[in-house]
Amino acid sequence: MVIGEGKPIEEVLSMISDKKKILVVGCRGCVTVCSAGGEKEVSILSSAIRLAREKEGNPIEIREETIERQCDNEYVEELRGYIDEYDAVLSMACGVGVQFLAERYRKIPIYPALNTTFIGGTLEQGVWVERCQACGNCILDKTGGICPVARCSKSLMNGPCGGSSNGKCEINPEIDCVWQLIYDRLKELGTLEIFEEVVPIKDWSTSRDGGPRRIDREDLKL
Amino acid sequence: MRAQYPANIRIIKLPCTGKVSEIHMLKAFESGADGVYLVGCEEGNCHFLTGNLRARKRVERVKRILEHIGIEPERLAMYNLSAGEGTRFVQYAKEMTEKIRELGPTPIKPKKQEIGTERFEVQ
Repeated sequence: MVIGEGKPIEEVLSMISDKKKILVVGCRGCVTVCSAGGEKEVSILSSAIRLAREKEGNPIEIREETIERQCDNEYVEELRGYIDEYDAVLSMACGVGVQFLAERYRKIPIYPALNTTFIGGTLEQGVWVERCQACGNCILDKTGGICPVARCSKSLMNGPCGGSSNGKCEINPEIDCVWQLIYDRLKELGTLEIFEEVVPIKDWSTSRDGGPRRIDREDLKL
Repeated sequence: MRAQYPANIRIIKLPCTGKVSEIHMLKAFESGADGVYLVGCEEGNCHFLTGNLRARKRVERVKRILEHIGIEPERLAMYNLSAGEGTRFVQYAKEMTEKIRELGPTPIKPKKQEIGTERFEVQ
């Protein structure tokens, strides 16, 4: 899922400093799972904003809503009935959600309450790690299900480099050398011969390097 | 026991401090509370095992929020004691009252609590 993190509250307050009435919208998707922008976080942020504004003698009115997903227009449309009543909208979704709201509601500023950080998963409650770089050309079949694009500091296709030491990376000693992990996994799977196959130079044009991406599924279009 | 504790404290009883969420603490301040404190079981002796530990973490989080928005984090506190320690309960109540007295009244004007009037309309 997409992982995000709440922006410092001072930054959020400065975005809405001249607004009197705002709508704070959460998302029940990824940001709920990573405890950054779900219904709970909407109520906490709204309460904190009200307290801060009350303290400086500049009270603010806030409506709190959470929709199923902000990355699907059918849910974004649900706000249409009342969104015009507000001076601004604070979206607690990932960057996609903020943009979908902005495209749909052109006359009202939509501000991001989160910093969207990476694509990852939950290691344990409260810990999320990056696992995928969305490179567009997955080679996980060749690396025992462990991604060198996302997890190798150098994104090597054929590792490890000379800096791999005691299973740790020379660039960032706090992370595991992912090529060590790949070697161990392929050994566990009994398929070490895959390790010796040379993976050719990566064609990065399928990644963001090739420009903003789009998928058109003609078979699914109405 | 009939020990006396300061009259300015409003007690909200819960089965466990683990029931307290960040929003409850923040809403108490929004309602005009000068101070908020939690009293839970001794750490390691929570009846529900980890409720008081979760509460402690949530209290720390809200203290950080208060700090960032310019409200003294000392207005929020958490104490631990055993259910039988009446004297300690009184001691904490007096301690907190004194602390808040020193800090002064809350900078927040209490938000008027709206009670849904629709429910009470008689046809």
